[in-house]
Amino acid sequence: MSILEVTNLKIHFPIKTGLFNRTVNHIKAVDGVSFQIEQGKTYGLVGESGSGKSTIGRGVIGLEKITSGKVIFNGVDITSKNSNRKEIRKNLQMIFQDPYSSLNPRKRILDIIAEPLRNFEKLTKKEEIKRVEELLELVGLSKENMMKYPHQFSGGQRQRIGVARAIALKPKLIIADEPVSALDVSVQAQVLNFLQDIQKELGLTYLFISHDLGIVKHFCDEISIMYKGRYVEQGTIEEIFNNPQHIYTKRLISAIPDMNPSNRDKQFRLRKKVQQEFDQRYHDYFDSEGLAYGLKSVSETHLVALQEDVEKVW
Amino acid sequence: MNRKLLEVKNLKTSFYINDGYYAAVDDVTLTVNENEILGIVGESGSGKSALAFSVMGLHTRAKMEGNIFFNGKDIVNVSKADLNKMRGNEMAMIFQDPLTALNPLMEIGAQISETFILHRPNMTKKIRKDRVIELLKMVGIPRPEYVYSQFPHELSGGMRQRVIIAIAIANQPKLLIADEPTTALDVTIQAQILDLIRELKETIESGVILITHDLGVVAEMADRVAVMYAGQIVEIANVYTLFKRPLHPYTRSLLHSMPTGGQDKLHVINGIVPSLKHLPRKGCRFAHRIPWMGAETHEENPILHEVEPGHYVRCTCYKNFSFQEDESKEA
Repeated sequence: MSILEVTNLKIHFPIKTGLFNRTVNHIKAVDGVSFQIEQGKTYGLVGESGSGKSTIGRGVIGLEKITSGKVIFNGVDITSKNSNRKEIRKNLQMIFQDPYSSLNPRKRILDIIAEPLRNFEKLTKKEEIKRVEELLELVGLSKENMMKYPHQFSGGQRQRIGVARAIALKPKLIIADEPVSALDVSVQAQVLNFLQDIQKELGLTYLFISHDLGIVKHFCDEISIMYKGRYVEQGTIEEIFNNPQHIYTKRLISAIPDMNPSNRDKQFRLRKKVQQEFDQRYHDYFDSEGLAYGLKSVSETHLVALQEDVEKVW
Repeated sequence: MNRKLLEVKNLKTSFYINDGYYAAVDDVTLTVNENEILGIVGESGSGKSALAFSVMGLHTRAKMEGNIFFNGKDIVNVSKADLNKMRGNEMAMIFQDPLTALNPLMEIGAQISETFILHRPNMTKKIRKDRVIELLKMVGIPRPEYVYSQFPHELSGGMRQRVIIAIAIANQPKLLIADEPTTALDVTIQAQILDLIRELKETIESGVILITHDLGVVAEMADRVAVMYAGQIVEIANVYTLFKRPLHPYTRSLLHSMPTGGQDKLHVINGIVPSLKHLPRKGCRFAHRIPWMGAETHEENPILHEVEPGHYVRCTCYKNFSFQEDESKEA
């Protein structure tokens, strides 16, 4: 059963100008996106900045107003006004990108991690401290840290505090918005390993938002590539990385730096070739407004945004 | 062999913290040749940016010891006026943070023009504007005429970073220091910016110091690589050698912790980078992060050993280093 089902999600931001603040146009940050995430899986949303990937995450958790479309979480339509927001918030948590600005500098770690507990569970002071201790231990920090303030921690430690806060209520789905992009490689490894561990332990589902294809390849089961608010391709890791169909996906994959310096010229030529193809065949892949077409199935799990008649070229 | 452009000798840059000076860059010796990209890798806090700032003379309160020869001239104790003549002209820097490196109150065009006004006072206004627009085009900014009169807050992070690069390359510097130039950018833009730096290197034969924590970027760009840890260079080698035969435990750990595409566990380096004040100043600085290696494997005063021509490694602990049992499965 899928834990999250998003159907034709649209999030448009009005552009307002003039004396009366009239709405003159809309920015279509997310423009008709559908996907499902199975329980216990990791779903990656990939795209460049401005592609709308973060907006989807924020829309799902309720930080952004949804223009139209359906978001069904755990069998409940969370876009409908009658749904129990409180219950949803408890099961849906977020890990933010920047460990420096997502923790209140004036709160102690205890208060930061206990905040969701205080909102949802009636615990005595003692129980609360015990829970926070357990959570800190789970993220690999000692309990002596409880009375410290965020500035006393390194970036990796802060990110783990953010994770502790997110898992405090044992949520079902965690939206991780670029959780490691602000971290060093070794710390990044630590946080990613840790996210994988608690996924197994708590049966978590992740919506993993990232621009780093290397990490996505390592971490996710299924991914989708976004461009200007629309999906250009969706599939399993193998399908996207070994058999990319859309020119934009090919371009993204070819831009990943190769770790072997001997491949450098080969990589350079490949990039040139893909760029050339991108320029020449741009109109086969994008409509007159530069947007991706609707999705067509290539296989059961693999979807690509293609124009009807282009398929004959393949 | 190309001509030596920059030579850093036993450089020690120390900062005053509470009760005394602590060295952020400790005894660094390196050279950059013309038409060469030297990659410097290391985690945050390893001193790579402090090194770059030292070369550019941007530290105002630091104590600097040692020598930095640029084109044969020592620039450690050079006057501010002389330094100003060189900075932005013969040597330039691409800063890491596109949000803070630009003046929020100045139009983009004016910020780029500044370098021309300073270093090319004879240039007419019209030529200057043409040059600026040409530069904006070169770094891949769409509608350069329009962006010319925009303010930084109107541009995205990637665009701002390109403006910073445009400023740095305006006078075709002989030495270009790029401090994490693509960290804030998307992969496709990163690829374009890196191509741009490479092109620049080839056309004007500049020497480039590319500071990054991204090993992939180094693998694609650098000719030689220096790995820094806790203020020191722990390994320096030709890029092919370094990726094929990394020796120092830190280099190996770093390479090991990169995601390779498999779904296996990633390698995690024990412990954390010590803060400047609590840095062990004696013995191997990496020792406490590989605690399973006995004290006898380290040198008392670790120095750089030349293990093969051009390949230097600090300390002797690399000789019988291996990853710990449970973590070395995929090694």
